[in-house]
Amino acid sequence: MAGATSASSAAGGTATGSATAVPVLEVTDLSASYGPVKALDGVSLRAETGRITAVLGANGAGKTTLLRTISGLVRSTGGRVRLGDEDITRAPVEAMVQKGMAHVPEGRGVIAELTVDENLRVGSLFRGKVGRAEFDRVYDLFPRIAERRGNPAHTLSGGERQMLVIGRALLARPRILLLDEPSLGLAPRIVAQIFGLLRQLVDEEDLSVLLVEQNARSALSVADVGVVLNLGRVVVTDEASRLIADEDLRHAYLGF
Amino acid sequence: MLQFVNVTLNGLVQGMIFAAFALALVLIWRSTRIVNFAQGSMAAATTFIALAIIQAGQSYWVALVVALLSGFLIGAVIERVVIRPVEGGPELNAVIVTLGLFVAIQALIAIVFGSSFQSFTTPFGLRGFTFGDTTILLTPNSLYVIGAVLVTMLALIALFRFTRVGLAMRASAFGQEVARLLGVRVGRMLTLGWGLAAVVGSLSGLLIAGGGLVYPAYMDVIIVSGFVAAVLGGLDSPIGAVVGGLLLGLVLSYVAGYLSPALVNMSALAILVVVLLVRPGGLFSSSTARRA
Repeated sequence: MAGATSASSAAGGTATGSATAVPVLEVTDLSASYGPVKALDGVSLRAETGRITAVLGANGAGKTTLLRTISGLVRSTGGRVRLGDEDITRAPVEAMVQKGMAHVPEGRGVIAELTVDENLRVGSLFRGKVGRAEFDRVYDLFPRIAERRGNPAHTLSGGERQMLVIGRALLARPRILLLDEPSLGLAPRIVAQIFGLLRQLVDEEDLSVLLVEQNARSALSVADVGVVLNLGRVVVTDEASRLIADEDLRHAYLGF
Repeated sequence: MLQFVNVTLNGLVQGMIFAAFALALVLIWRSTRIVNFAQGSMAAATTFIALAIIQAGQSYWVALVVALLSGFLIGAVIERVVIRPVEGGPELNAVIVTLGLFVAIQALIAIVFGSSFQSFTTPFGLRGFTFGDTTILLTPNSLYVIGAVLVTMLALIALFRFTRVGLAMRASAFGQEVARLLGVRVGRMLTLGWGLAAVVGSLSGLLIAGGGLVYPAYMDVIIVSGFVAAVLGGLDSPIGAVVGGLLLGLVLSYVAGYLSPALVNMSALAILVVVLLVRPGGLFSSSTARRA
């Protein structure tokens, strides 16, 4: 899928210096409110191709709101969101996937009444006709859902649902994947499997992942960069390895 | 024996019309979680449009096509202009809006077309088929009613099962937010859903009008039966709507034939109460829990 641009992406994917890389997603001073409550208070972050950026923090820190504001489900009250070189701050939700941003919402986001195969097809509807080969590729990545392709999605287990929604998001061929709490309610073994697969996809394809997680330990084990939120503000942004090493920060904000 | 056959046939034909009306309610409920109390008035409006075209000298078929198209337009416009602002808000708001539309459209029909009784033609005969000496209660018109509803249902099934628009509509109905995130233009799908529902509702109005008298409130009787049929089958299930419609049609026909025609409306409401008490999800309730 990476195809023609694989040469440049391979170089970008393994690069460690982030200062020169052009961010896929750049969030500047983003704010959002629920009524009088400020849920996001001037959040800035950037996500780059070939890297996994983890947004961490306690319950109510604003993690989910951040993703929902980026994709337009929540209206921002200030700040900017750029995707590549385009300002998408006010773009409609329905247009985001076409611009290269796939958002997997919290709670799996399968359409329970549709079959596994129909769920995947909905994910590719906006692209017009999509070859069978692309579906087969998703099924190759997740053999467990391939067996159940004709079954209604509500019959899937939590792990299978997570595989389905990630596979469905990949069918949109995004430049950036927004994942909201993919580990929620899953067995550690499944979480490791899914995070391992994310790492592999990011390393091999032109993809960037913005991962929101309460489970900071797992998230930092797979992420390149961590952004710690508290009460709607960014507390610290740093390489994942350095966040793990910072015991005070871990105790104060990450709970491990 | 002959009476049983006749009562059954009559019930089936009635049931087909209930089924179409219930299907219109289900299509709207599934996508927008609104019970469209205005469905009857909307159908009456398109019937009067058809009547005006027939009275202007055009054929029944021209009138039918124009009426169904205007039904689509009325449904789509109502969703876009009147319903959209209350979608996602408190449920009572939508209920009040559709009740308001029910009254307003009926009044508008009376203003534009007058409130007197007028006869509505049918393209097929109203005399029952004869076998030897016995004439049964199956007429060419009842065959037309059954055929028209069946064709419409098969077309809808094909649309939902086999087309991309159908898939997008189902995705929008079952998972609005997810569908939007996947790039489906949910708003358009809801408008389309209301339009299609109004077409099916209009069809039921035209079929029940055929060979009878129409006046602005002539659909009121069907509204109760159609609603009971939809609840009987499960408001979420198109197949349930059809089965519910047929069942109700048969039961009411037996009540009218063997007990008393005066008991029909009461029986319909009694069935509604029993369904809500015993199986509030309806006969074909899906996996998701529902509030009655």
